Amino acid sequence: MKTFAELNFPGRLIAVEGLDGSGKSTQIYLLKRWLEAEGIKVYFSEWNSSELVKSATSKGKKRELLTPTTFSLIHATDFADRYERHLVPLLRAGYIVLCDRYVFTAFARDVTRGCPPDWVRGNYSFAAAPDLTMFFKADLEVSLNRILDGRPKLKFFEAGMDLNLSKDPYESFKIFQGRILEQYMAMSKEFKFVTLDANENVEKQQIIVRKLVSERIALKKFKRRSPLPLPPSLPYVAEEKEELEDKTA
Amino acid sequence: MKKSHRFYGHGIPHVKPEDLGGKLIVLEGADGSGRSTQIAELVNWLETSGRPTAQVGLKRSSLVSEELNKAQNGNVLSRTTLSLFYATDFADQLENTILPALKAGFIVLADRYIYTLMARDKVRGMDEKWLKNLYGIAPIPDAVFYLSVEPQELIQRNLAKNATLDYWESGMDLGLARDVFDSFLKYQALMGEAFRQLQKSYKLDIIDANRPVSAVTKDLHKKINAVLDRD
Repeated sequence: MKTFAELNFPGRLIAVEGLDGSGKSTQIYLLKRWLEAEGIKVYFSEWNSSELVKSATSKGKKRELLTPTTFSLIHATDFADRYERHLVPLLRAGYIVLCDRYVFTAFARDVTRGCPPDWVRGNYSFAAAPDLTMFFKADLEVSLNRILDGRPKLKFFEAGMDLNLSKDPYESFKIFQGRILEQYMAMSKEFKFVTLDANENVEKQQIIVRKLVSERIALKKFKRRSPLPLPPSLPYVAEEKEELEDKTA
Repeated sequence: MKKSHRFYGHGIPHVKPEDLGGKLIVLEGADGSGRSTQIAELVNWLETSGRPTAQVGLKRSSLVSEELNKAQNGNVLSRTTLSLFYATDFADQLENTILPALKAGFIVLADRYIYTLMARDKVRGMDEKWLKNLYGIAPIPDAVFYLSVEPQELIQRNLAKNATLDYWESGMDLGLARDVFDSFLKYQALMGEAFRQLQKSYKLDIIDANRPVSAVTKDLHKKINAVLDRD
């Protein structure tokens, strides 16, 4: 799996991975805000968000009619749609693309559900590797508490109820998340995850994230070119007139 | 006696091949090759002789068929996305119709199968290894018949039926020709070639379907009888 840099894309892709409740979404959001403020061409893409595929996915989830295989394929379809329509053109145009979850989420979840690892990886083999993958590793207890504290109503697939791990959704969620964490840990080295301590407080983590990103990527190269030449606005014309008047005076 | 169905690759998690009896019979061919007519005839023939059948076809899953149609009408999907969308549709029917029917000993008639999907993707430049891995979930059918019809004859049949040529069946997304008529001829020739390439690896039985319906039916009955008598 080659990175976008190795494939000579002008853009760079940064992905965050981690369990639900690891705080990765907050971190990538703050990273995005910073890059935007720095005037960098940045685009954010979230797992499972393609407009085209969404209605099918949510229908499948609501009716609980997804199997490990269709669950895997429908998420691959969603990813392919975002990859081909947004990520690739943006990366060719020199953007920094931020992904909240990337193919590793599928590798971890689908394999936990029983899909063969080679099959899942093969299906996603059209995708290049991120230039930086940050893995937010919180203690299982910490991320479970973040999600479960409010006693939310866990969704069927989110809790891994399709795996028949336990009749109790909370118990099932815990076992399921534990197994996904094992999968993540097993591939961490192979895919060069940079592991961050997600038990730390949010601000401290963000300082580390920003430092890491600026060390790994020459951000200057990704700045928007100086403001586009806009058609003369009214105040501008007025200024010109004043100048003219000055000269004639 | 039950003959079990093997899979092309890994198969489906938690499904044991030895649980799959029944028969899986596939008809492939372009629109206008007489596939649907022949399937309707086969269902009739099998059921009157006391054999239970189940039918599947492309874009018939309850999971994604609606969305797939919508996306195709807008012509907004890139090739990998379209390919995976069709694979999802196939997998949904596989798990909800094909596998349960085979377990129950039914004869499953597939109005197109993974070969059409692979041929279409091959024509669009998708990697063959990738396709092979993707469709490793598919059970190997007991028989695959490819109803082969000359492109010129397909044009006559499609126009007689609909007075127009379908955008996708003409491969208009490939930009082979500006004109839908020329594009149809070129695309169907490419598809015919792709099927001939698949024939070797997947043992497709090519049937000359330029002939009248009844002649093709007669052939199919003979060949299917041989398959049903096999165990």
